[in-house]
Amino acid sequence: MEKIEVRGTAKRRVPGTSLRAITGVSASGNLEVLVERVMPDRECMVEVTTAVAGFGDIWRAVIEEFFERGAPGGLRFSINDGGARPDTVTLRLMQGVRLMETTK
Amino acid sequence: MTGLLPAHEQDWYEASARERIAGLLDPGSFVEVLGPEQRAMSPHLAQFDLTGAFDDGLVVGRGLLDGKAVLIAAQEGRFLGGAFGEVHGAKLVGLLRAARDGAKEGGPQSVLLLLDTGGVRLQEANVGELAISEIIRAIVEARIAGIAVIALVGGRSGAFGGGGIVTACCSRIVVSEHARISVSGPEVIETNKGVEEFDSKDRALVWRVTGGRTRRLTGGADRYVKGRVQDFRDAAIALVEKAPPLTIATLQAEQRRLAERLRLYGDAKDAPEIWEKAGLSDPTHMADLTDDQFLALPMPKEADHDAR
Amino acid sequence: MATWHKQRDERQRRLEAAGRLATGKIVHAGDTKSLFEAVIRPGDRVCLEGDNQKQADFFAEVLAGVDKSIVHDLHIVQSGIVLQAHLDLFERGIARKLDFSYSGPQGAAIARALSAGKIELGAIHTYIELYARYFMDLTPNVALLAAVCADRDGNLYTGPNTEDTPTIVEATAFKSGIVIAQVNKIVDKVPRVDIPGDRVDFVVEADRPFYVEPLFTRDPANVTEGQILMAMMAIKGIYAEYGVKRLNHGIGFPTAAIELLLPTYGERLGLKGKIATTWALNPHPTLIPAIESGWVEQIHCFGSEVGMDDYMAARSDVYFTGHDGSLRSNRMMCQNAGLYACDMFIGSTLQIDLAGNSSTVTPGRIAGFGGAPNMGADSHGRRHPTDPWLKAGREASDGPAALTRGRKLVVQVLETFGEKMVPNFVEKLDSLELAEKLNLELAPVMIYGDDVTHIVTEEGIANLLLCRGPAEREQAIRGVAGFTDVGRGRDRAAVEALRQRGIIRRPEDLGIEILDANRQLLAAHSIEDLVTWSGGLYRPPSKFRNW
Repeated sequence: MEKIEVRGTAKRRVPGTSLRAITGVSASGNLEVLVERVMPDRECMVEVTTAVAGFGDIWRAVIEEFFERGAPGGLRFSINDGGARPDTVTLRLMQGVRLMETTK
Repeated sequence: MTGLLPAHEQDWYEASARERIAGLLDPGSFVEVLGPEQRAMSPHLAQFDLTGAFDDGLVVGRGLLDGKAVLIAAQEGRFLGGAFGEVHGAKLVGLLRAARDGAKEGGPQSVLLLLDTGGVRLQEANVGELAISEIIRAIVEARIAGIAVIALVGGRSGAFGGGGIVTACCSRIVVSEHARISVSGPEVIETNKGVEEFDSKDRALVWRVTGGRTRRLTGGADRYVKGRVQDFRDAAIALVEKAPPLTIATLQAEQRRLAERLRLYGDAKDAPEIWEKAGLSDPTHMADLTDDQFLALPMPKEADHDAR
Repeated sequence: MATWHKQRDERQRRLEAAGRLATGKIVHAGDTKSLFEAVIRPGDRVCLEGDNQKQADFFAEVLAGVDKSIVHDLHIVQSGIVLQAHLDLFERGIARKLDFSYSGPQGAAIARALSAGKIELGAIHTYIELYARYFMDLTPNVALLAAVCADRDGNLYTGPNTEDTPTIVEATAFKSGIVIAQVNKIVDKVPRVDIPGDRVDFVVEADRPFYVEPLFTRDPANVTEGQILMAMMAIKGIYAEYGVKRLNHGIGFPTAAIELLLPTYGERLGLKGKIATTWALNPHPTLIPAIESGWVEQIHCFGSEVGMDDYMAARSDVYFTGHDGSLRSNRMMCQNAGLYACDMFIGSTLQIDLAGNSSTVTPGRIAGFGGAPNMGADSHGRRHPTDPWLKAGREASDGPAALTRGRKLVVQVLETFGEKMVPNFVEKLDSLELAEKLNLELAPVMIYGDDVTHIVTEEGIANLLLCRGPAEREQAIRGVAGFTDVGRGRDRAAVEALRQRGIIRRPEDLGIEILDANRQLLAAHSIEDLVTWSGGLYRPPSKFRNW
């Protein structure tokens, strides 16, 4: 087990009023992302618990890229990872932002 | 959850536990209890290097089904095969006890159990087995109090092990073709009795013996539905009001029914033999029928009973 | 005095040597070994029919067991080296030299046999390239075929899996070679004549039906969300953008996902009738929902697929069928269609380098090529214009020019990482290392970078047509290579500039709703759903059944 935490700044607050969303599933090759609107508007954070140790630098690269691309201001992302590939991680994080924007 | 398909149009088998709830209940009516943000997670999995789930694989809460209040629980069949652990089990027991306690005080009169489980988690075996016992007791108590407990099965993990027993304790059972219900899973039988007894790789055999169609034909399920969430919703709406109470007379009727089943089919080696004896016209091609064709079949008399 | 019919005389001698074994053209299965020893001579070029699908497996086993003091040093010239018996030919010294096209499951064994000096390799070909050489410098002396049934005159019914047979027979029978067919059954009258009897010398009723591998069945249950996202990007960013109607698909899961999204996502985009109507394609079960939804006008097939025969027979408006009703496939013709009459090829690969060269060679395996290089190549002999071809050509050229030629769209669709986090983007192809190790003159490359027009990954689409110069191409490729070392080695400013120019496009640039990248979007979720779509006409082999 490995825990990784990355904090970042965002250019904008993610619009919408929903307080949380959850997407994906904690399973082999997959991950569960819980998104909560608990951060200051220009800050964001991802905390990962992963079953597969040793990929910390890729996780950080994925998350930093996501902060730049997704600008998820105000959101904290908590991840339970079952060994998902980076592309799946990015997909889930983007889906999390979209859920916060679109659902009530 | 997707922009393309409304929740009730989704495929039950593909949908997550939360998506199933969203499409099963009246839109927007679901209120979750002990949701993922509470992080009520398994305290045991980390020592096995397994990541937990924020809801421990079970979503519980209340909502409306066709305007009527219900309690609901849904297992996430993709997280550890939907298996029962300590927290997962405790959430379900709590939900069932809440139903029992509220029965006479104007609370919801039914509980929907969206089962999708391989049984008890190996990593939490003792507490998981205890949870199964408590759940069974809680179902019995709820039913005695007059609550209808409806099982809906059609996920990728089926309802096996303790989950199979829990299913059988419910007032009513709804299945789709994907549903497999049994106590010992195919792999367990093969491991213990050998491949000659049961070849778990023979998918057709697994479905013939444990699948939704067989369960429906032999009275192990009360409704067979097509695979959309809406189909399960329609069946649940039809069943919640009419579930029989659990009385000594019900149990005696069930005992008679099972004894009769054993007498009629006890020496059958495979499901088609049962279907043939039950008078179905083309028993060997049961798996090749479409859902509509299957639904149009005349059901043998043991398929419908009021003994559960 | 010069004789001009030495080959005919030789043929005649061999037929006479075999004469005592045959009743008319029929030879008993038990006499097959003697037949081979009578008509095959040391050093002969032999085509033992077999490709990626059907196999003359009975003949292969008998040939591997002939007396090697009589038959040896053969030169095998055939599409597929797929069976254990094919390798046994070389292990036992019955065959020495090999020219082939595809090896698939025996890729590792071939590499070992090459290293051990058991095989003298001519070349690894694409299918039509090998067929072409049948008519030039690799004409078979003996062809050993597989067919469904034969009559007593030797007329053959090859059925839905006709595949290579007409081409092999053409080259062998008309150049004084000997043609022998193994058939599942000898009948009074064949359902249709796929090969006329006067081109067939001997027929053997084999002790079992010839083997067919189900190669094109992809279970929708295994399609991932990442593949669905790539499929959405391809449909919106390439199919719709260029208006691609005539195309070929590879056999990977990403293209299966595209097939399964046509009736859902494609329908929602209003693309029915505007894209993907006309195909050079094997009978992919995953295309059934699109066919049943009225998307597909016509499909010509290289081969057949196990379980699809009844479905195709019942859809003769879509498939090519004989007057008997069953599918007629023909690999030579279909490869030609793919080469000259498809505006797009889209397929997966295992490795792609910084120039866009791709290869399916992995360490220690020679999988061969099959047909993909021809599908995935711009045909310089093409002269007829279509909109997608012209648009691609315009994108590749600088400014208006009277003589701008078109380009075939050659699209590689792949995930940035493969199994076990192995990166699919690399600085150097494994193929180069293999070529050095095995002393190959030419490193096996599936599709050359200069033919590739687009690369699609989960990260986005790179349009290589719009790139100017190798440096831009490299950054465009790095820009969709995700978190592989190649991807992380990108020049971020350069990639952003390429994105501004529309050379790299992300899902959000294409207006794709990322929440739609969900398995619910698939028109079928399982093999069983495909059966339902087909009205019960598709009968999958049991290993794909889960009910």
